[in-house]
Amino acid sequence: MDNPRHGRDNPGMAHDSDILIAGGALNGSALALALAGAGLSVTVIDPVPPHAQGADGFDGRGYALALTSQRLLRAVGVWEAVAEHAQPLLEIRVSDGRAGQGASPFVLEFDHAEMEEGPMGYMVEDRFLRRAFSAALETHPAVTLLGGARVVAQAAGPGGISVTLEDGRVLSGAVLAGCDGRGSQVARRAGIRRSGWDYGQTALVCAIAHERPHNGVAHQFFMPPGPLAILPLPGRQSSIVWTESHAEAARINALDDAGYLAELRPRFGDFLGDIALAGERFTYPLNLTLADSFVAERVALVGDAAHGMHPIAGQGLNAGLKDVAALTEVLALARRRGEDIGRREVLERYQRWRRFDVATLVAATDAVNRLFSNDIPLLRLGRDLGLGLINALPGLRRGLIREAAGLTGELPKLLRGRPV
Amino acid sequence: MNAETNSSSPNGTAPQGSGPGSIDPAEVAKFEAMAAEWWDPDGKFRPLHMLNPCRLDYITAQIAAEFDRDLTGTRPFEGLRLLDIGCGGGLLSEPMARLGAQVVGADAAAGNIPVAQVHARQAGLEIDYRHTTAEALAAAGETFDVVLNMEVVEHVADPPAFLATCRELLNPGGLMICSTINRNPKSYLMAIIGAEVVMRWLPRGTHDWRKFITPDELYSMLRRAGLEPVDRAGFVFNPLRWEWSLSDSDLSVNYVTASIRPR
Repeated sequence: MDNPRHGRDNPGMAHDSDILIAGGALNGSALALALAGAGLSVTVIDPVPPHAQGADGFDGRGYALALTSQRLLRAVGVWEAVAEHAQPLLEIRVSDGRAGQGASPFVLEFDHAEMEEGPMGYMVEDRFLRRAFSAALETHPAVTLLGGARVVAQAAGPGGISVTLEDGRVLSGAVLAGCDGRGSQVARRAGIRRSGWDYGQTALVCAIAHERPHNGVAHQFFMPPGPLAILPLPGRQSSIVWTESHAEAARINALDDAGYLAELRPRFGDFLGDIALAGERFTYPLNLTLADSFVAERVALVGDAAHGMHPIAGQGLNAGLKDVAALTEVLALARRRGEDIGRREVLERYQRWRRFDVATLVAATDAVNRLFSNDIPLLRLGRDLGLGLINALPGLRRGLIREAAGLTGELPKLLRGRPV
Repeated sequence: MNAETNSSSPNGTAPQGSGPGSIDPAEVAKFEAMAAEWWDPDGKFRPLHMLNPCRLDYITAQIAAEFDRDLTGTRPFEGLRLLDIGCGGGLLSEPMARLGAQVVGADAAAGNIPVAQVHARQAGLEIDYRHTTAEALAAAGETFDVVLNMEVVEHVADPPAFLATCRELLNPGGLMICSTINRNPKSYLMAIIGAEVVMRWLPRGTHDWRKFITPDELYSMLRRAGLEPVDRAGFVFNPLRWEWSLSDSDLSVNYVTASIRPR
């Protein structure tokens, strides 16, 4: 550990907060609100200065929130603020495709009518989520938000964990939650290594305005270079996530808007009528990382700090919110038993709950991407037959729908819409 | 399951008084090392660590129900005076203190006291650990709202007399949680053959099967001691999940009871 200013020299100190959270983006904010709602005190240390978040206009970035994630947002009190800007996902169509040819005739359809819980999920713009989270964090009495602050050292001991901020302040808690993303410094300082690989692909992200209504239908086309997702936003707008090789993505991103659109149009055909760019264009190089452990002494990793996955099924934020719900439940129950919530055996419960689930999801999204990101005719035929087959078997399809909605596995209470 | 008190008998040869008051600084490092061993979830007290969440679930739920406390609040046991008999390294005393109870941890094994004290200090908790016995505390007229009597009764020489002492230690309306091991072929297989011989969770000879007590026997002993049994549950080990859970119906091996000293 980096900093010796700690615990043993200062036994019995009262902690500044039960939980210190490094990183105040979506997962960090959700964790803070969920823990505070369960009766724990929280300090969020966020490198982003206060009021810098979510002040922007429409930029086209959005998330496909699984139904379970929406329940968590409702439970932590931010759903009301984003609901009016959320687009229900009523149907998901998955099909095989090839640039210039549009989708193959074998289409896998997931319709929420086959599921009793309601829509499969919601599309929500990034800016509305961030805005709702920062408003909730600033007003919650059990949350201390330190904006524009950065952790530079951490030291764990028998009495707690202390962190040193860039400006020299030292804070202590029972647990430090690393919600600091793929390059997690909390993980690095705790000695947690990561495994990972580069996909050789870059995601191109933009929003489009289109002539015809999307009717709440999301599309996922599996193209040889990588998947293309069309996710419905409120009104006649959709968010596009589109994956190409690094080189091809760089070439396309360098084009002007007209050139960019000319590349995009043939990839999904004309079923939405004429399209125009709305908002900004973004690129994200795709790589996959998995922390070798989600926990260390008095440290728990959440979201991308624990697992950065291919955004192929929109499961990144959803997986992060599952971490949030599981960690909150583990810590809240431990607190009610009087356990030291930072003890290894307590944090191991979180790791047991989440790591297997995440490793499976990472492997599955990786396998799906490898299966679909190629142009070998036999594989393509197999894919088409497979998609047609899944479609023909209602039981299997319903299982996949529930998986997409996040309704499988041993669900933490917050994801079942219940208080912890 | 009793590693916490296996070197002692709470009503055996009684140490007098309230034990060591402060720790010799030269000994602190040694006690810290012993505390680390006590509190290592994979160390020699692993069976207790595995059982502990389940024990705590039962204890906290019973205290909350009896004294009308809200476990979601901070320090819900504030104002309750609690005795942990056979406290060992403090595996139950610390959680109770963290929940706000005013805790006396008693152990007849003198060596456990400074170890528990050192660990509580590291954890920032105030706990009154004493090298003493239930009998000595009762003789001194001390009384408590809650008495934890966990995995002790199967080790004492005279269980009815010991339970009568526990009643003396309770305020009227006070609550005693008492756990022990059932006596039947299954408990012999699980607690002696399984835990001591096969898994080696406990040292050979930790338990004498003949001293195990059936729930009916315990209930009648509690009543004869002037206590009113109000609840019981089983601690059941699930080998697939490798964890303990509470059961309403399966009291075949490890089980726990709650009883009240009538007002």
